[in-house]
Amino acid sequence: MLLSMQDISKAFSGVAALRSASLSIAEGEVMALVGQNGAGKSTLIKILTGAYQRDTGLIRLEGEDVVFATPGQSQARGIATIYQEINLAPQRSVAENIYLSREPKTRFGLLDRRAMRDGAAAVLKTFNLDIDVDLPVAHFSAATRQMIAIARAVTQKARLVIMDEPTSSLDEREVAILFQTIRTLKKNGVAVLFIGHRLDELYEICDRVTIMRDGQTVAESAMADMPKMELVRHMLGKELAAFEAIARDGGSEAKPVRLLADGVGSGVRVRDVSLTVREGEISGLAGLLGSGRTETARILFGVDRLQSGAIRVDGRERDYNEPADAIADGIGLVSEDRKIDGIIPDMSIRENMTLALLPKLKKAGIVDRARQQEIVTHYIKALGVKCASPDQPIKELSGGNQQKVLLARWLCTDPRILIIDEPTRGIDIGAKAEILKLLRRLADEGLSVLMISSELEELLAAADHVTVLSDGRSVAALKRNELSETALLAAMAHQVN
Amino acid sequence: MLKTLSRLFIPKSSGDYARLGVLLALAGLILFGALRYDNFLSQFNILSFLRYNSMFALIALGMAFVIITGGIDLSVGAVAAMSSVVAAYLSPYGWLPGLAGGMAAGLVAGAINGVIVTRLRIQPFIATLAMMLAAYGTALLLANNQSVSVSYDTGFTTIGQDDFLGFPIPAWIAAFVYVLGWVFLERLPTGRHVLAIGDGEATANLMGLKVERTLFAVYALSGLLAGLAGVILASQFGAGQPTEGVGWELFAIASVVVGGTLLTGGSGSVGATLAGALLLAMVFNILNFENGLGWISLSAYWQSVIRGAFLLIVVVLQARLMKKTEAP
Amino acid sequence: MTTIDTSAAPERAARPNVVRFLSRYGTFAAFVALLLFNIAVTPNFLSWQTLNVNLTQVATIVIVAVGMTLVIATGGIDLSVGSLMAIAGAAAPMIFMGKLLPIDNMGVLIILSFILPVLLAMAFGWFNGFLVARLSIQPIVATLVLFIAGRGLAQVATNGNLQVFKNPDFQFIAMGRIAGIPAQVIIMIVVVALAYCLVRYSVIGRQIIAVGGNEKAARLTGVPVRRVKTFVYVVSGALAGVAGLIVVARNSASDANLVGLGMELDAIAAVAVGGSLLTGGRANIIGTVLGAFVIQLVRYTLLANGVPDAAALIVKAGLIIVAVFIQQRADKV
Ligand SMILES: Nc1ncnc2c1ncn2[C@@H]1O[C@H](COP(=O)(O)OP(=O)(O)OP(=O)(O)O)[C@@H](O)[C@H]1O
Ligand SMILES: [Mg+2]
Repeated sequence: MLLSMQDISKAFSGVAALRSASLSIAEGEVMALVGQNGAGKSTLIKILTGAYQRDTGLIRLEGEDVVFATPGQSQARGIATIYQEINLAPQRSVAENIYLSREPKTRFGLLDRRAMRDGAAAVLKTFNLDIDVDLPVAHFSAATRQMIAIARAVTQKARLVIMDEPTSSLDEREVAILFQTIRTLKKNGVAVLFIGHRLDELYEICDRVTIMRDGQTVAESAMADMPKMELVRHMLGKELAAFEAIARDGGSEAKPVRLLADGVGSGVRVRDVSLTVREGEISGLAGLLGSGRTETARILFGVDRLQSGAIRVDGRERDYNEPADAIADGIGLVSEDRKIDGIIPDMSIRENMTLALLPKLKKAGIVDRARQQEIVTHYIKALGVKCASPDQPIKELSGGNQQKVLLARWLCTDPRILIIDEPTRGIDIGAKAEILKLLRRLADEGLSVLMISSELEELLAAADHVTVLSDGRSVAALKRNELSETALLAAMAHQVN
Repeated sequence: MLKTLSRLFIPKSSGDYARLGVLLALAGLILFGALRYDNFLSQFNILSFLRYNSMFALIALGMAFVIITGGIDLSVGAVAAMSSVVAAYLSPYGWLPGLAGGMAAGLVAGAINGVIVTRLRIQPFIATLAMMLAAYGTALLLANNQSVSVSYDTGFTTIGQDDFLGFPIPAWIAAFVYVLGWVFLERLPTGRHVLAIGDGEATANLMGLKVERTLFAVYALSGLLAGLAGVILASQFGAGQPTEGVGWELFAIASVVVGGTLLTGGSGSVGATLAGALLLAMVFNILNFENGLGWISLSAYWQSVIRGAFLLIVVVLQARLMKKTEAP
Repeated sequence: MTTIDTSAAPERAARPNVVRFLSRYGTFAAFVALLLFNIAVTPNFLSWQTLNVNLTQVATIVIVAVGMTLVIATGGIDLSVGSLMAIAGAAAPMIFMGKLLPIDNMGVLIILSFILPVLLAMAFGWFNGFLVARLSIQPIVATLVLFIAGRGLAQVATNGNLQVFKNPDFQFIAMGRIAGIPAQVIIMIVVVALAYCLVRYSVIGRQIIAVGGNEKAARLTGVPVRRVKTFVYVVSGALAGVAGLIVVARNSASDANLVGLGMELDAIAAVAVGGSLLTGGRANIIGTVLGAFVIQLVRYTLLANGVPDAAALIVKAGLIIVAVFIQQRADKV
């Protein structure tokens, strides 16, 4: 056994996050770790790496009892980690981020910058990523940053690589590359701990699975011996409601157009994007990494300035200066990177949830506490946010639960157009179906949704039609009856020359 | 080759633009001074400019490192004052004890800052604010509220007053320290860690960096450089000055910022800090000349208004430059 | 919504209040310790006289520190408060002594000498806000401009001369009493109460915290970031102006070289001792008030016990560290 963790308990200010959880991994094994949002997966691995200290329990690495006081120590013992919220130094270059804390040195103890640059470029090439490794990491999209973090971990010559939801912002092509990498690691005897919510991926790549529920380990078995339904039952503690297709077959073409982008462009990332979102429909936006999906959303929402083309909202031409202007028109944006663009970490769940609504929640400048409370209670319940109380700082929530709060932030403003960048990123399988269903119900009530997603399955299940971007241009608009995995993939791979 | 050249001269990030801006402003000021005043480029003016401003440059460098980590060191002026007193007391025993003693006093103060910041986890602003008070108090106590004359017999005054190969010794010291500083920040792993820590301490910790140790070292270094500046101060003016150094920390902060470093940490350059320090010093120099010219006799009051106004112009221009090139 | 189980979430509703209480209690503990120390050591500490002196002196620190708390909550800092106090303090006597405006009516002049200097300070505060919010200049340098130039302006306007005056009407804000309570103390209480309500209950108050907590996210949520930032600097300017008036009224003299000197450091120390993070995202008004009391009491203790200036500085430094440390420990419980 490479690693075994036994009876690990951990409480945050008296609230148990882990109750004698256990986990063991053998050399060269790919272990899946699954569980609902807030089950304690990230906490367990942070205890392993030394980011948190356990309250009780034993950690044994290669037969030896270990306690890591800092992540640096576990790293030195051959544990490489990709944390759930991508942890890279944003202003440092790609190459530096990959090598930080174990930089190649020349004979004189100086940085070997050439080795760093070449090494970084080489490893990224194996990930099919051809980027300037001298640019700061902040330059790149969440997906690219995720790939950089993965590259950093796999180049650490570790014996165990931990990946906390590494695929949550990746598209299929990148996931395939990642899996290739994992297989190579495995071949070299490296163990991988893989946390994820997409079951198909887990079945594809993992050998064994450990299932957690409410801070406890509830099952452990070989992946092959664990049918999907049973896995889900262990995870949720009950059966999963059937996951039906929730898209509608046409019928919305007659409805008025709410949001129209006509040849929208700004900078180099977005050159010529046209799309429409009608009243009451869920419109998908697909494309590969770097195709300009997130950037398009930012322009539509007034974060970045429109430089060419036109945006029409309800037929009127709009050129927003600030997100506040877009919000005033009834638009909301759930952004892709919740750590950077989403949460206000030290504020409570209550305030994070009602921040956008605040101007409408006031009486003579004063916040209407009673109504605020009412709204917050409602959404915590409706979305199943797992928290101790609404006054808990949002940073203490698990990743998926933060995502739910951010979704509620916009839902409570009662928007007419909702742009969602990766709506179910990091959300567990139980809640995911619920959220997609919720979006559908809201659409039925008249909400227009523009859904950006890297998950084809999600687009196929929920979108009424899909606009495909490639290289900053819209290259295809697929109607419901034209939608299929092959059609989407073909359109996404489209090259403009 | 071409690639390296373009790397050097073509600005890439907003920080590069700010650095370019400060260099241009510096060149502009020098040109202005050279055209307007007869003796501006005289050997005397250049040498005394370098002699007098070296200590500010040293302090600015220490400040730059601290600011790059996302911290701040308000104690540098007071620590320099305290060190000047210590150095003055030790100067009768030789120049080396004077130098070493002054630097040691600075190092101790900086190390205490480092401990308070990393161990007690007290915000740098407050920790070093307290050190500023404590260092002034210590300086006044040691010096009995007056300045302390240095010994002129042991060669101590050489450090601040004499020349070597035609340039003032303080300028040599500063140049040497800046070269070391550049190598440290740009070429040593620890220097890059300083930058990464400024980018986010929690992240740096998760990436396996030794955050506390590095932070401690940076504050100690800032104290050490302030101590060195104090030694030069005592040597140059022939006395330990317990009441000097007021406002030096702000001058140093301004130099760093004018050099394009963000106070939020994570970026910064040694060269640009030097340029920033020289630029601000040049303003004083020019104000002196303007006064000497006798067109308008500037009262001390007007001088501070003009200095404020100049600082305003520089930071506004710089903000414009940086805004234009903001990363997408 | 049936598949999601929230029943596992334990009860913890009471916790945040306890934390908040304790974090206030940390500063409070430092304050009580100082009080006890004084009762034991300082002669005649328990007297009306002492209370009066301390209350009137702390009033200006509190007023300025409240503005500073708001600025710091947005992640900024205002170094210019001392200089703005000097400007307001220089302007008021010039107005009521008739040097500035061709008005004879003393009543009007007195009223103007309250209003105009504060407006002037607000205008400078707006200027700070403009630099920070519009031009994206880092607060510490943006306000450094007026820190340097502001006092210079006051000195230029007065030629650096001391303005001595005796004007009971104007000096009411420092010398007068309402129901036996010094007017400046009343001003202090009103300012604190307003700021407390602003932070806790008003929309802009919450937006201030959001901007300090994560500016990018705040902007994406429709918070008018620039307006919020400008607002706090204007408020800080206004409060510095008020404090400047109180100081000159108390001294019956205005000296542009001295009014408000070093105030920025006292105010920032009060905010930090009071438990607001200088990185922004928190504003603890009551904590700031306690912090200011601690700072004032430290100063008084050292003075009343005849500690020499130099040693007093060292003790003050140590006490600031201890107070902040206690405060932070308490915050962690
Ligand atoms: N720093 C913290 N302070 C307080 N509570 C915390 C903290 N970190 C995690 N928790 C709590 O511990 C529990 C487990 O969180 P954890 O992040 O481990 O969940 P997870 O299984 O990774 O969920 P997800 O799938 O959403 O990422 C949650 O209830 C969370 O609110
Ligand atoms: Mg997690």
